Amino acid sequence: MKRKIITSLIIIGIVIAILMLLQNTLDNFKLRILNLAGIYVIFAVSMNLINGFTGQLALGHAGFIAVGAYTYTLLVMDSDLKSMNFFLEPIVPFLSSVHWPFLPAVIMGGLLAGLAGLLIGAPVLRLRGDYLAIATLGFGEIIRTVFTNTQSITNGSLGLKAIPMPKSFLFIEMKNAFTWWVWTAVIITVIFHFLLVSSSYGRALKAIREDEKAAEAMGVNIFKHKVWAMVISSFFAGIGGALLASLMTTIDPLMFRFTLTFNILLIVVLGGMGSISGSVISAVVVTILMEWLRFLDQGFMGLPEIPGLRMVVFSTLLLLVVLFYPRGLMGNEELSWNKITKMFQRFHMQPREVRK
Amino acid sequence: MTLQEFLQNFANGISLGSLYALIAIGYTMVYGILRLINFAHGEMIMVAAYIAFYTVFIFSMPWYISFFIAIIITTIVGILVERLAYKPLRSSPRVTILISAIGVSFFLQNLGIVLFTGRPKAFQVPTLFSQVYTIKGVNIVSLTFFIPTITVVLLILLVYVINNTKIGMAMRAVAKDYDTSSLMGIDVNKIISVTFGIGSALAAIGGIMWSMKFPQLTPTMGLMPGLKCFIAAVLGGIGNITGAVVGGFILGLTEILLVAFLPDLSGYRDAFAFILLILILLVKPTGILGEKIAEKV
Amino acid sequence: MLKKKGIFLIALLVMSLLVFSACSGDKEKPQEQAQENSQQVDEEVIKIGIFEPITGANGAGGAMEEEGVRLANKLYPEVLGKKVELVLADNKSDKVEAANAAIRLVEQEKVNAIIGSWGSSLSMAAGSIVKDAQVPAVAASATNPLVTLGNDYYFRVCFLDPFQGDVLARYAAEKLGAKKVAIIKEVSNDYAVGLAKFFSDAFIKYTGDENAIVAEVNYQTGDQEFSAQIQAVAKENPDVIFAPGNYTESALIIKQAREQGIDTPFLGGDTWETPEFLQIGGEAVEGVVISTFFSQDFPITEESKVFLDAYAEHGQFDEPAAVTALAYDAYLVILDAIERAGSADPVAIRDALAETKDFEGATGYISFDENGDAVKDVVMKVVKDNKFVYLDTISPNN
Repeated sequence: MKRKIITSLIIIGIVIAILMLLQNTLDNFKLRILNLAGIYVIFAVSMNLINGFTGQLALGHAGFIAVGAYTYTLLVMDSDLKSMNFFLEPIVPFLSSVHWPFLPAVIMGGLLAGLAGLLIGAPVLRLRGDYLAIATLGFGEIIRTVFTNTQSITNGSLGLKAIPMPKSFLFIEMKNAFTWWVWTAVIITVIFHFLLVSSSYGRALKAIREDEKAAEAMGVNIFKHKVWAMVISSFFAGIGGALLASLMTTIDPLMFRFTLTFNILLIVVLGGMGSISGSVISAVVVTILMEWLRFLDQGFMGLPEIPGLRMVVFSTLLLLVVLFYPRGLMGNEELSWNKITKMFQRFHMQPREVRK
Repeated sequence: MTLQEFLQNFANGISLGSLYALIAIGYTMVYGILRLINFAHGEMIMVAAYIAFYTVFIFSMPWYISFFIAIIITTIVGILVERLAYKPLRSSPRVTILISAIGVSFFLQNLGIVLFTGRPKAFQVPTLFSQVYTIKGVNIVSLTFFIPTITVVLLILLVYVINNTKIGMAMRAVAKDYDTSSLMGIDVNKIISVTFGIGSALAAIGGIMWSMKFPQLTPTMGLMPGLKCFIAAVLGGIGNITGAVVGGFILGLTEILLVAFLPDLSGYRDAFAFILLILILLVKPTGILGEKIAEKV
Repeated sequence: MLKKKGIFLIALLVMSLLVFSACSGDKEKPQEQAQENSQQVDEEVIKIGIFEPITGANGAGGAMEEEGVRLANKLYPEVLGKKVELVLADNKSDKVEAANAAIRLVEQEKVNAIIGSWGSSLSMAAGSIVKDAQVPAVAASATNPLVTLGNDYYFRVCFLDPFQGDVLARYAAEKLGAKKVAIIKEVSNDYAVGLAKFFSDAFIKYTGDENAIVAEVNYQTGDQEFSAQIQAVAKENPDVIFAPGNYTESALIIKQAREQGIDTPFLGGDTWETPEFLQIGGEAVEGVVISTFFSQDFPITEESKVFLDAYAEHGQFDEPAAVTALAYDAYLVILDAIERAGSADPVAIRDALAETKDFEGATGYISFDENGDAVKDVVMKVVKDNKFVYLDTISPNN
C-alpha cells in the first residue's frame, strides 16, 4: 500500500516536472494541443466510468459537456461582455450581473452537469442497454436543441465569445495558468477515478457490468449504483466542458453534437473500455494524431487533396479496433509498474525460460 | 385551425409517417432477430439515394432501372455490413456490437463526404411522382399517394412471407430463440443475411422515396431519419413489423401536428421525437403492439 | 499477449512524442512570440492563410471562397517583388478544429495574413487567436457583427447583417408593398437568427405597425420536412415570407410551400445564391428575391470585369458565387495593404488595412470603418428562368 502511494506520488511528480518543462519550451500551438488532450482525458475517463466500468452505454456525454460549458461561461463573463454578446436579444436579467471567478464557475459547471446527469439518469437508467443508448443520445440532442432555442439565456445559435481565460493559478499570477488548471483537473480526475474504481463501490460497478442479475442477487442496489456512476461521470464531463469553453474562448450549440460523443467514444474504445490508464493514453495520442493526420486531408506522397479522409481513417480505426482488438489498448487492466517491468522482462527473456 | 388546414397537415403527416414506417420495418426486423440496433440502417437511405442519383446522372438510365439497381446494390451493402461488422461480434457483449454499428454509421457518412462531397445534390424526381392534385382545397403531390400505398403493399407482402413461407417461419424461429433454431438445423447465418437483405431493401425503397419527397442529397441525410425511424419502431413495439408501421405513422403525424398546433415550438421538432421515445420507454417499454417478454435469468 | 500490447503501447508513446517534437522547426518561449512573429517573416515569400471549411457542413461555402482566393492569386501572384504563397487550413466546419487550424496558420506556418472564414462562428473561433498573435484576418462573407466587434485584427469585406436586414425590410415594405410578413428561420444558424431579428426590427419601423410580423417559426439545420412550419405561417396570410437560412433547407422550404399551393413571394439573404439552390428548387423558386454582394450582370467596377473574365476562363462553375468574388477581394485588399505598408510585417499590414479607403474590388469600393467592417452596396437579385438576375442596387447612404 505504501509502495503504491509512493509510486503514485512519483508519477505525479514526473507529470508536474514534464509540464513545467513543456510549458516553457512549447509554442502556443503545441501547448494548445496539450491542453486539448488534457481536456479529452477528462472526457474519456469520465465516459469510461459509466460506459466501460459499469457497462452502460450512455451516449449523452456531449449534452453534459454542453451544460458544463454554458454554465461556466455564463457565470464567468462580466456584464459588459454579456451585453456585447447578447446584442440580439438581451440576457435574462438575473444572469446579467452574475460574475464569478474561475474556479467556482468551473465547479458549478460540473455540479449542474452532475444534476443533469441525475435528472436524466433517474428515468433512463432503468432501461436496457440498447434503449439506454438511444435515450441518452436523445437527451444529448434535447439539451443541445434547448440551448439553441433559448436565445435569452444562452444566446442561441449566435454563441458566446470572448470567454476569459484564468490569469492566475492558485493566486499566483502566471502566463500559462490555464495549462496548470487543466492538468491539475486531469490529475484530480484520474486519481479520483482510480480510487473510486478500486474501492468496493467500483467493484460493485464492475459486478453490474459483468452480470447484472447476479449482482442484484448478491444485494447490490443496481439502480442506485448506476445513477451514481452517471452523476459522477456527468460531473466530470461538466468540468471538462467548462475548461473546453475557456480554451476555445467561444462556444455555440453546434459544438456539442453527437459527433463529440462519438469522438470520445472512439478514444475510450481505443484505450480499452475498462481501463483508466488506457483512456489517458488514448486521449493524448488521439488528440495529437487528429492534428498530425491533417496532412491526409491536404494530399501527400502524390495523393490528391482529399478532404474528409481524416475522419474516414478514424472511423475505420474504430471499426478495426472493435472487430479485432475489442479490448482496446489496455482492456480491463491498468498500467502499473508491475506490468511495465514485466514487459521489459519479456523482451529480454529467452523463449525457453518463459515456458519453464 | 380550419378543417382545410387540418386536412393539409394530416395529409403531410401521413406522407411523412409512411416514410418513417417503411424504414422502421428494417430496424424492427433486425432487432427482432439479433437484438441489435443497426445504427447504420439510416445510412442505407443515403446509399440508395446516391446510387439512384448517380445512375441517372452519369449513366442516364430511365428511373425505373436506376431505382431497381439502387435497391439491389443497397441490399448487397446491407448484407456486407452484417457479414463484416456484426457477424464477428455475435458472441461479444452487446455493447461492443452497438459500438460497431455506430462505427459503421460514421464510416459510411464520412465515406460519403469523401466520395460525394458535402455539397447537396439535386435529385431528379420523375414526373410520374411530381404531379400536384388539388382536392377540396388541399394540395397533394402524387408522391403523397404513392408512398403510403407502397408502404402498405410491402407490409402486406412481408407479413405474408413471414407467416406463410418456410423462410418466414425460419425467421420467426430465429427471432424467438436463436440457439434452439440453430440446433434445429436452421442455417442461422443465411437467415440473418436474408433479414438484413430485406431490411436494407426496404430502407432503399424508403430512401428513394425520401429523396423524391425531399430532393436534396447530402451524406448525412440518413442520420436523423434513421434515429427517428428507430424511435418509430420502438413506439410500435420493437420486433413487431406491424408495430413498426403503426409507430411510423404515429410519429409522423404527431411531429407534424405538434408544429401545426404549437408553431412556437417548431424549433423543438426533433427533440420531440426523443421525448416521445423516453415517454414510451417509461410508460410501456414494449411499445404499443409489443408483447411482454419475460427475461430469463 | 502482453508483449504485443506492450510493443503497441510503447510504439504509440514514442511515435506521439516524436511527432510532437518533430512537428515544428523552432521552439520559442511564448512571451517572445509576438515580437518574434514580426521578424519571423520569410524574406522570400509572403504567406497568406486560407482559413475555410472545406469539409463538413459548410464545405460548399468554404470551397467557393477558396476558389476566389486562388483565382486572385493566379492573377496577382506577387507583391513588393515577392511571391505570394497560399496555405490552406481546413477548419472542417467545426469550432474546435477552427481554433486549431488558426493557431496552426499563425504559429506553424507563420502566415502574414489570413483570409476567412465562411461562417461567422468559425471566424469567431479564430478571433482571439489572431488578436493575440497579431496577424490580421479578413473574412469574405461572415456577416455576424460579433466577428469584428472588439477585435482590431479582424476585418470583413462584406456588409453586415443589420444593414442587410434593413435593406430587405425596406424592399419588402416599399417595393413589394407588404404589410404583413411571416418569418421562417433556421434557429441553429447564427446568421439566420441575426438577420431575422434585424429584418423584423426594420420592417416594424418601416410599416409603423408593431404586429407587422404575423408569424415566426423555426427549424433546425439538416431538417428536411417543413410542411408543418409552412402551414403555421401560411394560415396568417402574410404578404411576403422571409426565410433566412442556408440554401440547403431554404430550397426545400420553398418547394414544399409551392407544392402546398402557397404562392406567397419569398425573400431571402445572400446564402441562397448558389447553383444548388436553383437545381433543388427548380420551378418552385421562380420569382424569389434575394440580397447579395455581387452581380455579374452589372459589373460594379473595372475589377469586376477582370474578375468575371478570369472566372469565365478558370472557374469551376458557369457563374461565380458571390462569396467567391468576396474572397477574391479579400486577397486583393490584403495585397493592397501590403503595398501601402511597404512591408509584409503582419502588424504593419493590419494598420494599413485599417486605413483602406475606396479600394476598388470586384464587389465594389471597399472602405473599412472603425470596426473593420466594409461599407458596401447591397445588390438585389431575382430568380428568373432558373437563373439569378440582377434587380437593383441599394447603397448604404440611401
